[in-house]
Amino acid sequence: MALSGILRPGFVQLRVLDMAAAIDHYCTRVGFHQVAEGADGRVYLKSADEFDHHSIVLRRADSAGIDLIAFKCLEDADLDRFEKRVTEYGFPVDRVPAGEQPGIGRRIGFTIASGHRIELFAHADMSDPKPRIHNPDVWEIPPHGMRARRMDHALLYGPHIEKNLDFFTRVLDMRCAERVDMPDGLLAIWLTAGMKAHDLAFVKYPEPNKLHHVAFELENWNDVGNAADILTRYDISVDIGPTRHGITRGQTIYFFDPSGNRNEVYAGGYTYYPDLPTRTWDETQIGKGIFYYERKMNDAFLTVVS
Amino acid sequence: MAQRFTITIPGAGSAQCGEDERVLVALERAQGFGQLRNLPCRLPAGCRRGGCGVCRARVLEGKYRTAPMSRAHVSEEDEENGLILACSVYPLSDLSLVLEGKPGTRIRPLSQVEEQ
Repeated sequence: MALSGILRPGFVQLRVLDMAAAIDHYCTRVGFHQVAEGADGRVYLKSADEFDHHSIVLRRADSAGIDLIAFKCLEDADLDRFEKRVTEYGFPVDRVPAGEQPGIGRRIGFTIASGHRIELFAHADMSDPKPRIHNPDVWEIPPHGMRARRMDHALLYGPHIEKNLDFFTRVLDMRCAERVDMPDGLLAIWLTAGMKAHDLAFVKYPEPNKLHHVAFELENWNDVGNAADILTRYDISVDIGPTRHGITRGQTIYFFDPSGNRNEVYAGGYTYYPDLPTRTWDETQIGKGIFYYERKMNDAFLTVVS
Repeated sequence: MAQRFTITIPGAGSAQCGEDERVLVALERAQGFGQLRNLPCRLPAGCRRGGCGVCRARVLEGKYRTAPMSRAHVSEEDEENGLILACSVYPLSDLSLVLEGKPGTRIRPLSQVEEQ
């Protein structure tokens, strides 16, 4: 098996100010399904195109933002291997027992230099709706809303991203597909665990543990247009798009959930192989890297986070 | 027909805002029409849903109702003192307010925006 260790982002846990509004947004509009509600009030969502139990966890809170992003590993033994390596690197590792979230096996967790909590897990039960495994149709139940196919990646903001780059590449075996270097140092990195152009990205920011966006994958550019129609029809707050990223080449819209957490719908993006070079950007072309058609960053890109 | 109120930023201009409309959205529209021409900065609009804090403002006068706002940006004490996120308030009367910006940040003067 060529792909081992960390496979992909498994789930994110987001803080929301109004649970009913959040469920309506992610389920009715973005296209996810509610699969469970915990005794503590957390709500678990998945796309009908995902097998794993859930990929979004919503937690009612007084502030917006992200609690954690959890990556799925191929084997349970990977958790022991990574626990040892992360501990030796110097980050304390804690263990979360199976069942702390419904359908998810044991997890390990730690806090990285930018202040974000990262977790790893290896087991998820399947939950419905999910794709049929034998003689599958292209979809089992009709896609709805923006027709999101999966939770795809997150962009996080915080300090010390050069330390994050060192940690993710040396300890978690992820690779840096693209980076932005400014005259005063590293501004941003795009990291991948597999063959997507990115699974996780970081931008340098003075405050720790901030969320820029969590992204949901769409099938194609036509579905990005459909998402744009839905955003206007239902008066969902839009940041920018439809447009395209030079970095990753993804076709995109940035918008906000009812608690002010930025979402992205994302289609395309190139295929990354581990032998490919890290693509690099500098301050003269960064506008095109972030928003390829506008060729400049908007005011919100570097300043609006939750 | 929804009732409409006047939102004034003293010294900058004013906007017409429906009773079911977010104050920030009315201000964005007014700036688009050039009705806030003396505002010394681009209106700070971020998530428009109470989460990011960039549209923090202080209400000087008038009544309003609020939608949920992140306590990371507006504490209960702030709220009692008229500090709000302009995206998360709806007018119940004419309002007068000043932009405060996110604590620790500076609202960028329009001249800088125009230089880009």
